[in-house]
Amino acid sequence: MDPKLKKTKDSSSNSANSPDSTHSSFLFPDEVLERVLSLLHSHKDRSSVSLVCKDWYNAERWTRTKLFIGNCYSVSPEIVARRFPRIKSVTLKGKPRFSDFNLVPQYWGADVHSWLVMFAKVYPFLEELRLKRMTLSDESLKFLATSFPGFKALSLLSCDGFSTDGLKAIATHCKNLTELDIQENGIDDFGGGWLSCFSENCSSLEVLNFASLSSDVSFDALEKLVRRCKSLRILKVNKSISLDQLQQLLVQAPQLIELGTGSFQQELTPRQYEDLETAFSNCKNLQTLSGLWEATSLHLPVLYAACASLTFLNLSYATLRSDELAKLVAHSPNLRRLWVLDTVEDKGLETVGSSCPLLEELRVYPADPFELDLHHGVTEAGFLAVSHGCRKLHYVLYFCRQMTNAAVATIVQNCPDFTHFRLCIMNPGEPDYLTNEPMDEAFGAVVKTCTNLQRLAVSGLLTDLTFEYIGRYAKNLETLSVAFAGSSDRGMQCVLQGCPKLRKLEIRDSPFGNAALLSGVEKYETMRSLWMSACNVTMSACRLLAKDMPRLNVEVMRDEGSDDRQADKVYVYRSVAGPRRDAPPFVLTL
Amino acid sequence: MEKGVAYDNDMNLKATELRLGLPGTDESQKEYSSFVKSNKRSSEEMDSSCNEEECAPAPKALVVGWPPVRSYRKNVLQQQQKKSDSDVSGMYVKVSMDGAPYLRKIDIKVYKNYPDLLIALENMFKCSMGVYSEREGYNGSEYAPTYEDKDGDWMLVGDVPWDMFVTSCKRLRIMKGSEAKGLGCQ
Repeated sequence: MDPKLKKTKDSSSNSANSPDSTHSSFLFPDEVLERVLSLLHSHKDRSSVSLVCKDWYNAERWTRTKLFIGNCYSVSPEIVARRFPRIKSVTLKGKPRFSDFNLVPQYWGADVHSWLVMFAKVYPFLEELRLKRMTLSDESLKFLATSFPGFKALSLLSCDGFSTDGLKAIATHCKNLTELDIQENGIDDFGGGWLSCFSENCSSLEVLNFASLSSDVSFDALEKLVRRCKSLRILKVNKSISLDQLQQLLVQAPQLIELGTGSFQQELTPRQYEDLETAFSNCKNLQTLSGLWEATSLHLPVLYAACASLTFLNLSYATLRSDELAKLVAHSPNLRRLWVLDTVEDKGLETVGSSCPLLEELRVYPADPFELDLHHGVTEAGFLAVSHGCRKLHYVLYFCRQMTNAAVATIVQNCPDFTHFRLCIMNPGEPDYLTNEPMDEAFGAVVKTCTNLQRLAVSGLLTDLTFEYIGRYAKNLETLSVAFAGSSDRGMQCVLQGCPKLRKLEIRDSPFGNAALLSGVEKYETMRSLWMSACNVTMSACRLLAKDMPRLNVEVMRDEGSDDRQADKVYVYRSVAGPRRDAPPFVLTL
Repeated sequence: MEKGVAYDNDMNLKATELRLGLPGTDESQKEYSSFVKSNKRSSEEMDSSCNEEECAPAPKALVVGWPPVRSYRKNVLQQQQKKSDSDVSGMYVKVSMDGAPYLRKIDIKVYKNYPDLLIALENMFKCSMGVYSEREGYNGSEYAPTYEDKDGDWMLVGDVPWDMFVTSCKRLRIMKGSEAKGLGCQ
């Protein structure tokens, strides 16, 4: 090694070579180390790097530009500000996942404002903000829009607390905006006027997704925006955009890679139909297609030309029948990801199995989740059919009303590479409908066969045996979702003891109690969080846990009218920030 | 006809009660509230404590947050359902019967098919309408059910598929069999 390289910025030329030097003789100067580390993007890698030694910790923290915080309460804005001086992009996740299903009361927290205030002070050059399950107000959005001159990308998924007025501020003030991605948020839609707030000079947009907003936007404003944003690659419009309007947009943006259509139902003249068909066939780069509200067999054929290049087809808002799906997938041999509604039924899934050999991800959502009638939706037959034809399947989310152990065993034989297996048999505690036995063997087969399994959601009638299997075999499992399952504390104990990589455990309506909770005392600090609701945990056990583990936040929410001793909803998570200072009165921090 | 009501017979009293709601239903069929006290019994306990006949299944359809479908998605799909339902000219339709002093109102969405509807009507009005046949309509019965469709025409109940009937029925009229002859004959 060249002796010059061994010097650091701080040390004199002799100390690095002296035998008494406390530095290793293979020391890189800071510049080199930082240069190397600036190429690292994975936050897991960066975390590992920062643990090597103090110098590496420092080099890492100076070179980190992207911040990922999986639980906003695990750390505080102050701590983050102290450690990382140069952040350009932040991803923040807030509420526990079960808040998506109304299990977390409103005003629980995860407000982004205090973070924004810190960012404005410490990271004035912030460019990107991605929030998931956070609360933010219109004031926060206005603050964001006016505090960061270089702000480029805003992505809001499953957030709440704001309205389209906040979006107005973003559109008005963020002159260099490249991305505005608003997805599935609980917001107040006061109208589509926000879209017209983009200045006529704004031509930098690359991503625009307002599919989940309901109000009409000015089509004129949208068309002009699309026309001048030559780098636009992702455009997802809302239902207010009609088919002929869509055609006009496509003509302006044939370079699109991802498209979300508006309403796919309209009486078109033959000329309009042809123009639409042509517009789609001119989109040579289209990889993702979504939207398609109210699509019927009448208009689906206009898509066929564009389907050849599609890798992701999101039909989860289109109530298609099996024959309609069949024709679509027949034209889409390159599909890797497919999301559908269960209106396509088993027959539709059969055609997927035969038309999409490259399929890696399948999601089947229920069109009518509260319908108990067994004659709708999909069954084990559809899943089996897909597994026969799509051997590369590794991600599945499947809502059904009946399943058998044998079917699941066959499915994982066909597709042993599952990394994400989320099966939701919609009737809680439903057994194997042919044998009437618990579904233990099904999930046993999954964990035994799919050694790369990272995420598992179980359902159906399950005893502790399922969890014994999980603990014994699911050595790569990181996320586990449990509902209406298990027989005793032993089940949860098996999982806590057996799954070394477990990070997120969420349980509801299952008979796990204090012994189970406390068996994980040493485990929870290695995890992001634990959620237990409607289980058999009491306040005293929670207090014990909180007392023993000061670096865990143990929070309890009680249901109306329930026993004082019961801990109805328990949320446990590791944190270096100490207990929450913004907890509302119904969140008890123990 | 049934003036000599036996007052010690509960059924008859209930039948003449003026109240909202359909005859034949009672309070226990009210919709469950959406908050269901969580069931802390293990699934094994549930199995042993009730057999299929005794235990009405818990109102699983209305357990909070189950099935795990995001609110946004649920709302969108419900809206889509409503949209296709919004063509329905009212799910509650007026029912008149020739000779009856006042009209009734029923929710036709509650019924799954024609036989269910006819039985309910027969109970409500204490009449007999017999069985529908494509050729003969309700010929031979004392009364026949008819309905006004979206176009304002009076049709015989039973001619079109049930789903189509539900979306097009605006009101019902139970006609005297003799008058209905014109509708029923092919």
